[in-house]
Amino acid sequence: MRNVFLFIRRYFTFLSFVLLQVLALSMLFRYNRTHRAVFLGKANELTGYFNSKYDNVDDYFHLKEENLRVHRMNDSLLNLLPRNFIKVDTGSHVITDTVQFDTTYMVRRYLAKEAKVVSNSINSLKNYFQLNRGSKQGIKDNMAVINSDGSVVGQIVGVSENFSQVMSLLHIHSTVSAMMKKSRNNGRIEWDGQSSVYLTLRNIPKSDSVLVGDTVLTGINSYNYPPGWMIGTVSEIVEDKSTNFYVLRVRPFANFQNLQQVFVVENLQREEQVALDKATQKKVDDLNKRKAQ
Amino acid sequence: MSDLLRNIIRFILFIGIQVYILDNVPPLHRFIVPVIYFLFILWLPFSISRFWLLIIGFLTGLTYDYFFGSPGLHAAACVLIAYFRPFIVNILIPKDTSEFNYSEPSAKAMGWAPYMVYVFALSLLHHGYILLLEWLDVGNFLDFLIKVVSTTAISMLLIVTAEIIFPRRLKYRTNTA
Repeated sequence: MRNVFLFIRRYFTFLSFVLLQVLALSMLFRYNRTHRAVFLGKANELTGYFNSKYDNVDDYFHLKEENLRVHRMNDSLLNLLPRNFIKVDTGSHVITDTVQFDTTYMVRRYLAKEAKVVSNSINSLKNYFQLNRGSKQGIKDNMAVINSDGSVVGQIVGVSENFSQVMSLLHIHSTVSAMMKKSRNNGRIEWDGQSSVYLTLRNIPKSDSVLVGDTVLTGINSYNYPPGWMIGTVSEIVEDKSTNFYVLRVRPFANFQNLQQVFVVENLQREEQVALDKATQKKVDDLNKRKAQ
Repeated sequence: MSDLLRNIIRFILFIGIQVYILDNVPPLHRFIVPVIYFLFILWLPFSISRFWLLIIGFLTGLTYDYFFGSPGLHAAACVLIAYFRPFIVNILIPKDTSEFNYSEPSAKAMGWAPYMVYVFALSLLHHGYILLLEWLDVGNFLDFLIKVVSTTAISMLLIVTAEIIFPRRLKYRTNTA
């Protein structure tokens, strides 16, 4: 026993070095896998506080662009107003119901909440940004984040009381279901970590006639992202001879450098979808097991 | 100003500059990433014990990590350089800590050449370790090599610039007093 204590005393610095190293690395690997870490909630609150202070000043430098984005968005919504449209068929007459919208078949599926980006990074391989809304404001993991001009920018990966952490599309592990606007063919958007102005779209079959400049929207194979929101335009078509799929370089609509006001979009039926998915998977597994016996 | 107060102010300044200035610089190129916060660890006094050096290194790295969004990554690298710092000082200048005429590692205390070697070795270690961990996670070996060289070069440039623009006023200590 005495020797053990002597050993510890002799190698005390080395042992504490190893201990701290193991602690740091275990935190890192845990975070890389699950986006969870010790004290992350408390630390998020603290960094969020300082980041929002800094952001108050930083805001003024992006006001012009932000204004332009919001104005364009307003413009597109203004054109959707019912008063812009008239009925041309004179044979029929309009009966106004007391209920303004069709309540029988319409169920709200996606709900958007506004939020503000308080810190942002685009320099590393794993880019995150922080929003000033957290669990107190009803933000949960896996919600989609959409820029003020309606283009997709990321997904929530961590939530503390008043702040939340978003995994940007510019994250080496980010994958988003996407589709071509013209053909509705589904693929997935990834980032190769090279340049912050290009994303990569994979899994679009070569039977699709893709042209440079085609619009890419969010696809239907996602529980998180509402379908039909803009991602970007095709800027380069890379012929991959070995497969039947295109590799498309996509220029995102969102300027990740100056994200300011964003929307957090919740899929209200996500739980149900995930539960169904799990139940199906379980049924299939059971069936396979029974077959094997 | 006492050493403690001086280092607390430095800690806030280094983390602040790194998080709110250097990390917000629009990227010139994906290999050019300016990192300077770890200079805080290089500037800690000679007299600090090796154990406390490790703890301070860990906390510095962790603080930056929470801002950066990668808990553990910079903490691991900072603990590594905090561990190797005394060895490198010892190899370059085989003196006892009490024999130094200045309280902190600086060009004045060690001479320009040994000080530059000291800074270079520790920044190489820091970036090498961080990029090694990054490479293990998302791998591209050529990128890893280029990044180690480029980030170390940028850090050296920043540190030399910092040393020249902001000379530290360090007191000359004598044994006779």
